[in-house]
Amino acid sequence: MTLDNAPLTKKDLKSDQDVRWCPGCGDYAILNSVQGIMAGLGIPRHQMLFVSGIGCSSRFPYYMNTYGLHSIHGRAPAFATGIKTANPELSVWMVTGDGDGLSIGGNHFAHILRRNVDVKILLFNNEVYGLTKGQFSPTSPQGMKTKTSPMGSVERPMNPVSFALGCGASFVARTIDTHQKHMEQTLLAAAHHKGAALVEIYQNCVIFNDGFIEGVAEKSVRDEKTIDLRPGEPLVFGKARDKGLKMAGWEPAIVEAAQADTWKADHASPGPAFAMAQLQNQAGMPRPIGIFRSVAAPLFDQGMNEQVQKSIAKKGRGSLKDLVYSGEMWTVG
Amino acid sequence: MSTTRASNAELPLQQYENIVIRFAGDSGDGMQITGNQFTHTAAVIGNDLATFPDFPAEIRAPAGTVPGVSGFQVRFSSSDIHTPGDQPDVLVAMNPAALAINVKDLKTGGIVIVNTGQFGERDLAKAGLASNPLTDGSLKAFRVIEIDINQRVKEALTGSPLTPKEVQRCKNFYTLGLMYWLYNRPLENTIKWLGEKFASKPDLRDANTKALQAGFNAGDIQELFQGRFEVAPCASMPKGTYRNIMGNEALAMGLVAGAELAGVPLFCGSYPITPASGILEQLASYKNYGVLTFQAEDEIAAICAAIGASYTGHLGMTSTSGPGMALKSEAMGLAVSLELPLVIVDVQRGGPSTGLPTKTEQADLLQAIFGRNSEAPIPVLACSMPSDAFDCAIEAVRIAVQYMTPVILLSDGYIANGSEPWRLPKIEDLPRFPAKFLTKVPEGGFMPYARDDKRARPWVKPGTPELEHRIGGIEKSHLTGNINYDPLNHEFMVRMRNDKVMGVRDTIPTPKPKGPDSGDLLVLGWGSTAGSIASAVEVVQARGRKVAAMHLRHVWPLPKGLDAIFARYRAILVPEMNLGQMARILRSEYGGVNFVSYPKVQGQPFFTAELVTKIEELLETKR
Repeated sequence: MTLDNAPLTKKDLKSDQDVRWCPGCGDYAILNSVQGIMAGLGIPRHQMLFVSGIGCSSRFPYYMNTYGLHSIHGRAPAFATGIKTANPELSVWMVTGDGDGLSIGGNHFAHILRRNVDVKILLFNNEVYGLTKGQFSPTSPQGMKTKTSPMGSVERPMNPVSFALGCGASFVARTIDTHQKHMEQTLLAAAHHKGAALVEIYQNCVIFNDGFIEGVAEKSVRDEKTIDLRPGEPLVFGKARDKGLKMAGWEPAIVEAAQADTWKADHASPGPAFAMAQLQNQAGMPRPIGIFRSVAAPLFDQGMNEQVQKSIAKKGRGSLKDLVYSGEMWTVG
Repeated sequence: MSTTRASNAELPLQQYENIVIRFAGDSGDGMQITGNQFTHTAAVIGNDLATFPDFPAEIRAPAGTVPGVSGFQVRFSSSDIHTPGDQPDVLVAMNPAALAINVKDLKTGGIVIVNTGQFGERDLAKAGLASNPLTDGSLKAFRVIEIDINQRVKEALTGSPLTPKEVQRCKNFYTLGLMYWLYNRPLENTIKWLGEKFASKPDLRDANTKALQAGFNAGDIQELFQGRFEVAPCASMPKGTYRNIMGNEALAMGLVAGAELAGVPLFCGSYPITPASGILEQLASYKNYGVLTFQAEDEIAAICAAIGASYTGHLGMTSTSGPGMALKSEAMGLAVSLELPLVIVDVQRGGPSTGLPTKTEQADLLQAIFGRNSEAPIPVLACSMPSDAFDCAIEAVRIAVQYMTPVILLSDGYIANGSEPWRLPKIEDLPRFPAKFLTKVPEGGFMPYARDDKRARPWVKPGTPELEHRIGGIEKSHLTGNINYDPLNHEFMVRMRNDKVMGVRDTIPTPKPKGPDSGDLLVLGWGSTAGSIASAVEVVQARGRKVAAMHLRHVWPLPKGLDAIFARYRAILVPEMNLGQMARILRSEYGGVNFVSYPKVQGQPFFTAELVTKIEELLETKR
């Protein structure tokens, strides 16, 4: 037992399986950060469980030396819901991608968020299908040319953060695979949130969509092109941290840093978070990363188990005899 | 038990062995309640009985129209019976539409009780009738009892605080009262039920009770009938404690019992679908048995959540009907690959697609056995009667837990909504099969895909120290469970999973023919044809024919020893409510046996009479 109580190291969380992502894939950095923060959570390894669907990102559980379930395409939220409800003691993490989570699994993705199942959800967004070799995904930009869209995709992309906010998610954040420090602090915030916590991670696909987020995320432009939403801190960005955002009427506007609003992730309405999520569609505006929303909400898994406990307290734990010998009975002979 | 009252003494009380009544009316007329109450009282009196509710897919089709007709057939008997009867002896028709579509099933010379209060010109038009059957001579083969129930109820409830519309909604209890009088039944059970049902609405309780009594009294006063009928308690019912049970109810109870007997909590992930919703509803009321019920966003999420729960050490299960089975098939394949216990209940209905949601069929058999991509073997069981659903559910859980496999349990609309008296099992007689969880690293190291003597892999609850492991849908290495794309390992694992499922034959009994051990014909059934087959075979046996009946509970894998049984009969008749799916399987498994398929796909169970005709026809051609 002493072994179990010893603090974990990152190494303890590496499984004995060879990691088989393409060299240079953003998934490596994410795996590394997840192993790093989870080692420090104070949760024993055997209480951790990773669930995934199908896709490059969904191989994740095989590389974690924890319990893990690599399920079927798009359905990870349903497995995670069953697991967490059946055993709320487990720390359940779900790994998905833009195709798995938002296309084939969009339905389940919506429901795990609205139900507020206490599961940490990592959505690797590379705006392309990787494992099936390069078709456009629900987050691909309009006009993107792929083998299934040789003349450019006609579809309008989906914004995972807006979608999650619309589902009533209690925690919504975004980070970038190449920004280790930010990724780790965001993952940590998600880990400590009680409830469904969505972290969208911009993740580079070196083979099919290399550099898709470089214009925003590359280190030399990152400070100018992104704004980090930190609850309780001013909405400031820029290399010199000289610019800020302020709500002007219904829309955020760029102002001098001194005039910037202070960010709050727990407004009664998800409206301000939604406004931030939509900034990326406006020219000249920074791309928000960080914590869009973090509010307390009742937990699905807890509510389900409380009903069982209440019912037992009220009626007593049913026995086989109670079960069978019920209703109106009569005796023959 | 006799409840004959002195005031009725002048009317002759005729004894009948069994009676079939069909209550038919508009969906809003409360015919299901009426039928259930009559059934309940018959059960408590000690009759053997069987019921067949038949209701439309529409919740409330336009009032008075043919699509809106809801029916409930109950057969109650002083002898052992297996079916709700082919033809009603009595039809209660609350409106012209109910009369028009049901009267063709009535026995010649049977009684029709007609509510004339609902036979105006507009009512006839709504039913699409050009002439009034009460006056056009079309009912001359029957004894027609005309009674203006609308008016009688109104009179009986004079002074009631209810609105005229509410008063009319008591018609069904007036009708029930009348039927109680006709069949010499006590009112007490129903009065008690009304008291409980309307505990918080005393006006409704009092009005319905009054209507019930008024209907009963009308039998005495109005000289509507020449006599009364009595069906004595069934003396041949084995000793024991009984209750009346519906199929869905029994199945849900069996799952709870199965989980208890395995020593694991039950998790139900389901999505509402006719005719399976009752199972989810029933399980939702069993929270104090530790049951978790998850109404998922769709059929796929329902089974996936159940698999997730099984991974944590619960018994995951999902209940659905054919269209839901189609949606769940990918997840079933995953469950085969993960080798986790899981019970999938398919309450079959008419198909394909939406088909006949409220009608019965057995056409999901091939889907259940084979309907998945690749080699994905799953044991399949089928229940035969409402009460048998309890035992089958326990057996499904046993196989799932002992073999670490998903199991499909087939029911159908006929079983789901039908009811019968259930002789309650002794709790100590129920089989126990405690799940064995691996809790520490075994000698030689932990192998997630090691096998026991049943080829089952170990079940490990996440949360167990030192046994962390990953499972998934990618092909696994034998023993370690690690990802493996090696060709020979794949074939090994495909064969292993198949051998494991076929190995279920080692723990299931060989069924026994009822009737002669050898002879001209064996009538072989599976699922809900059991009752019709038993009844028909009893009829032909009584005529001196060498015919036996046999029933399959385990439909995949098929039990051992069937070949030897089949060899003793000249032909095997296989009646099924599909185009011959079981016959097709039997032909492929048992070459050289003369299987005669007898399909019926009408959304209705087999009638005893049509089976008798078919059996006799076959025997004639044999000579």
